[in-house]
Amino acid sequence: MKQVFINSVGSISAQKTFDNNAFLNDVVDYEDHVISVIDPNYKDYIPPAAARRMAKGIKMGVVASKIALQDAGLENVDAIITGTGMGCVRDSEKFVSAIIDNDEQYLTPTSFIQSTHNTVGGQIALELQCKGYNFTYVHASNSFESALLDAKLQLENDEERNILIGGVDELGDHTVAIHKLINHVKPEAVKSSNLLESNSVGAVFSEGANFFVLSNEKEASTYAKVAAVKLFNTLPKSDVALTAVEFLAENNLEVADVDILILGCNGDIEFDGYYSELQSETFKNTQQIYYKHLCGEFNTASSFGFWLASKILKLQSIPEVVKLNNLKNSSFKTILLYNQYRGENHSFTLLKQC
Amino acid sequence: MSKGVAITGMGIISAIGNNVAENYDALIKANKGISRVKKIKTNHVNDIMVGEISFTNGEFEQQLHLSSDNNYSRTAFLGTVAAKEAIESAGITDIDAYKTGLISATSVGGMDMTERYFYDYLEDNTTQKYIEGHHAGDSTQKIAEQLGIEKSLVTTISTACSSAANAIMLGARLIKSGQLDRVIVGGADCLSKFTINGFKTLMILSDTYNTPFDENRKGLNLGEAAAFLVLESDAVVQAENKTVLAYVKGYGNANDAYHQTASSDNGDGAFLAMEKALKIADYTPDDIDYINAHGTATGNNDLSEGRAIIRVFGENVPDFSSTKAYTGHTLAAAGAIEAVYSVLALQNNVIYPNLNFKTQMKEFDITPQCQLKEKPLNTVMSNSFGFGGNCSTIIFSKEQ
Repeated sequence: MKQVFINSVGSISAQKTFDNNAFLNDVVDYEDHVISVIDPNYKDYIPPAAARRMAKGIKMGVVASKIALQDAGLENVDAIITGTGMGCVRDSEKFVSAIIDNDEQYLTPTSFIQSTHNTVGGQIALELQCKGYNFTYVHASNSFESALLDAKLQLENDEERNILIGGVDELGDHTVAIHKLINHVKPEAVKSSNLLESNSVGAVFSEGANFFVLSNEKEASTYAKVAAVKLFNTLPKSDVALTAVEFLAENNLEVADVDILILGCNGDIEFDGYYSELQSETFKNTQQIYYKHLCGEFNTASSFGFWLASKILKLQSIPEVVKLNNLKNSSFKTILLYNQYRGENHSFTLLKQC
Repeated sequence: MSKGVAITGMGIISAIGNNVAENYDALIKANKGISRVKKIKTNHVNDIMVGEISFTNGEFEQQLHLSSDNNYSRTAFLGTVAAKEAIESAGITDIDAYKTGLISATSVGGMDMTERYFYDYLEDNTTQKYIEGHHAGDSTQKIAEQLGIEKSLVTTISTACSSAANAIMLGARLIKSGQLDRVIVGGADCLSKFTINGFKTLMILSDTYNTPFDENRKGLNLGEAAAFLVLESDAVVQAENKTVLAYVKGYGNANDAYHQTASSDNGDGAFLAMEKALKIADYTPDDIDYINAHGTATGNNDLSEGRAIIRVFGENVPDFSSTKAYTGHTLAAAGAIEAVYSVLALQNNVIYPNLNFKTQMKEFDITPQCQLKEKPLNTVMSNSFGFGGNCSTIIFSKEQ
């Protein structure tokens, strides 16, 4: 079985992450319920006319994948696997409201076409003229991890050599508005740096695109190795710590072998307890970090965590802004990531230094 | 990667029947399930025909013993009914006895409720329970819950009209690689105003019965359906002495990389998908006994698919037919619906008629099978193609 390497990254997020030469050295401290991405100059990557026609999700996905391809020094890949919770949700909203507002008349197909969940993956294939395998996973907070698992299986079995994977979601006004009504969005504006002290329900909603070239060949550009990923549709809070330990054991590791634990906590007092299960006991002597104060919450926010882990393993440094404690500052070999959203769709991911 | 992927159970609900037996009966009797839409209030009622399932949401609620405060979309109802039949037909009584996952596919998800309550959400809090049911993963989570699948690998694929074929493909990979011992794979999509109006704007809806591979085809009929297959590893089959209905022998996915909604003239993506599937199965084109075509009856698909079939099979195109004239195009569920039909074809050694065909297409001389044909079948190829250039082929076989 072949090993699986992360050979490049491309990130568009609420932080200035699109420049691969920087690493969170200029962090924006927001104070809001909802935060948008910091846009790169899309025209540097796509012709302006094409960029104008593209939905935000397509634009972010296409450009993040171009950044990832550049970073890997590749012109094309063998396969494209995308994760997205909601797809191009603005176009879904636009088409539904047009149906209702105009009583099913005067409709045009553009927003219907763009609302299809695999539009981003399809558009990347069109841009690259990539005729290979092309899947899109749409399973809430496990959308990105499903793409990761699929790519890992194919690379291990040597079915493909280079696979582009990514997580992408865009903000939509109506979607945010109705999620505010059911308290999934925080009722008050929260300062990013105080996210975990917000003591309120809901999360700060956001958007983003994080793409990676995975390969079964190590290259000069390689960031890290994907050792394992495991998904759980349900996981009782009381099982989280034990499941993490079992996951490590399946990979011949113990808690002490984990140099960094990356948590997906988002400041929701109803659900951050799942992370406390790991933080307060089992991994209390482990360096812990978090990231959703930087990128906000969305179905594929964990792909930002994956980006963060990749950067840390390559650069061997942890930006101060993500630290939850201060126990280790060098020699990072093994990172464990844990994420869930509203108590469902949990994932454990294990990355190793190369 | 040499392990077999056995199909040991299946379940289905479509416009031609509420279970596997009813669907098979309609298939061999040439009974189509296409009619005017009844459950969705649309201005297009007289301009389109659909494959609609007769049960109301209320009736599903009763069948599944759900309390009235449930937030099931119709997609979730359909998926649950079909997945439960699949589990039962596989003789599974203890879902936890083996490492069991669920891979579902949908394109509509909870859109039926979203379009109903889009503005009501803002004012009427009794409708707000459906907000969480909108995203595509929700129906899958509900099906998993109904089957008792916990703490396991559960995910959803949405690649438009090839989605369920891709769910079968991922399931086969997970069994082969030993990640799972057993996996329930399939898809569900309900009718919605969203898809009716969407396909209407693309001008590919027929105002009468759809006619796959006919020169005068006018477009597709939308349908709603769900189907699931139980895939099990050789080890489970052996340990449980299971009856194997068929095997997933080959699979391939490729991208046409031509246009967001249209297929390329020569069907590059379809050609590549069929070639890949043959390679995985270690078959030559001669080994295929029947092709259950995607055959949506749109001008573009049937031409592109037909050409791709000719590119793969040359002078010796096997018997082929599309079953979309029976069920309508069931979008993300189609690959699973037609997987069930392919397995039934293998089990019963029959090829279903391509209904409503009258006139030979002028671009090529291949003609679909138009009468029920009995013939020993060892292999069936099933095609599913979707927006975003997504092309998938699955090969089912009688023998491992």
